[in-house]
Amino acid sequence: MPDTLTAPPPTASIPGTVLFDGSAAQKGYQLNAMCFSFNERANREAFAADEDAYCARFSLTPAQRKAVAERDVLGMIAAGGNIYYLAKLAGILGLGVQDIGALQTGLPVEGFKAMLLAQGRGQSYEQSVAEARHG
Amino acid sequence: MAELVGAYFTSHVPGIGGAIHRGDQETPYWKPFFDGFPPVREWLEAMRPDVAVVFSNDHGLNFFLDKMPTFAVGAAAEYRNADEGWGLPLYKSFAGHPALSWHVIEQLVADEFDPVTCQAMLVDHAISIPFELAYPDAAEWPVRLVPIGINTVQHPLPSARRCLALGRSVHRALASWPGNERIVVIGTGGLSHQLDGERAGFMNPDYDRFCLDNLAADPDALTRHSIEEIVRLAGTQGVEVLNWIAARGALGPAAVEIHRNYHLPISNTAAATLVLEPV
Repeated sequence: MPDTLTAPPPTASIPGTVLFDGSAAQKGYQLNAMCFSFNERANREAFAADEDAYCARFSLTPAQRKAVAERDVLGMIAAGGNIYYLAKLAGILGLGVQDIGALQTGLPVEGFKAMLLAQGRGQSYEQSVAEARHG
Repeated sequence: MAELVGAYFTSHVPGIGGAIHRGDQETPYWKPFFDGFPPVREWLEAMRPDVAVVFSNDHGLNFFLDKMPTFAVGAAAEYRNADEGWGLPLYKSFAGHPALSWHVIEQLVADEFDPVTCQAMLVDHAISIPFELAYPDAAEWPVRLVPIGINTVQHPLPSARRCLALGRSVHRALASWPGNERIVVIGTGGLSHQLDGERAGFMNPDYDRFCLDNLAADPDALTRHSIEEIVRLAGTQGVEVLNWIAARGALGPAAVEIHRNYHLPISNTAAATLVLEPV
């Protein structure tokens, strides 16, 4: 069996990964509620027209408001954001999943895409990331 | 007697819908993925299913965190797609099969599952894209839908073992259904991918191959990993493999692989397509 199938004990945290659990779901409720509202076009337009006012309507916490203002995806996740809902905000901001990936990994978008393609050529994730970071 | 013709599994990356919309199927990036579908279409043409029991996860269209069911069974006469937040063209609606849905619900509860029952349910790209791929020229879907939702969004998620057992209970329901429908089971999502966190972009072909190699003959092998282990091996959204595991359970005890395609990356995802038949 390859090493990649041998998982450490479940109590060990997963590098670079936040599980969206009950704690995150409580912490992130307002931010996720705002993102859920973006299923309606009128709400997307209201956010675009006056971001401050729209965030205030959903009582975002200061940490959530700051992360949204700074387009800081890791900050949104740390403040309880869930990616399935954040994806709707990303759409308003004109960001695709590779843009989101680049923002979170600190790679340029082209570097993030190259990292994905390198995995498609059979390179490991770790090797692909290392090459994208250091060339 | 109804006939269970087999099971079809595929990834449901939203970008697939965009590629179809733009007509990108033959471009070098997309061709290796779309090339996996002619055999699926030929198989469906030969099998002529008229009902689809689909296991998938909602992406914040029908469910929000105010009420997040672990398992949800649709029992509506019609299922519509709606704007998922990106203002994209809507996918076609599905006719439901409420009588079969309630029969499945009866069996699940008799088997001591506790599903949420939904007489109104919106369906998102996780259900629509597999049908767009399977029936690209259909003016309307040739099957009626029984959708079964599994929570892959908010932990704690149901275990792989529990999802396989859920699928096996659905199989008992299908096996005892007195109608003369031809039923296809569908599992959507996965395989390995992670959209969030510093590990965004993670994929794991070793784990995906393990899943694909075992799904037909030994699905219990996929239940040896806890949810946390699956997240580690498959990525935060790779847990969508739970939909595949449940669908495999619904296919019945023994199955044989008819067709497989695997390609990465599609967007940030290792994409797989699989067809199994019962033995």
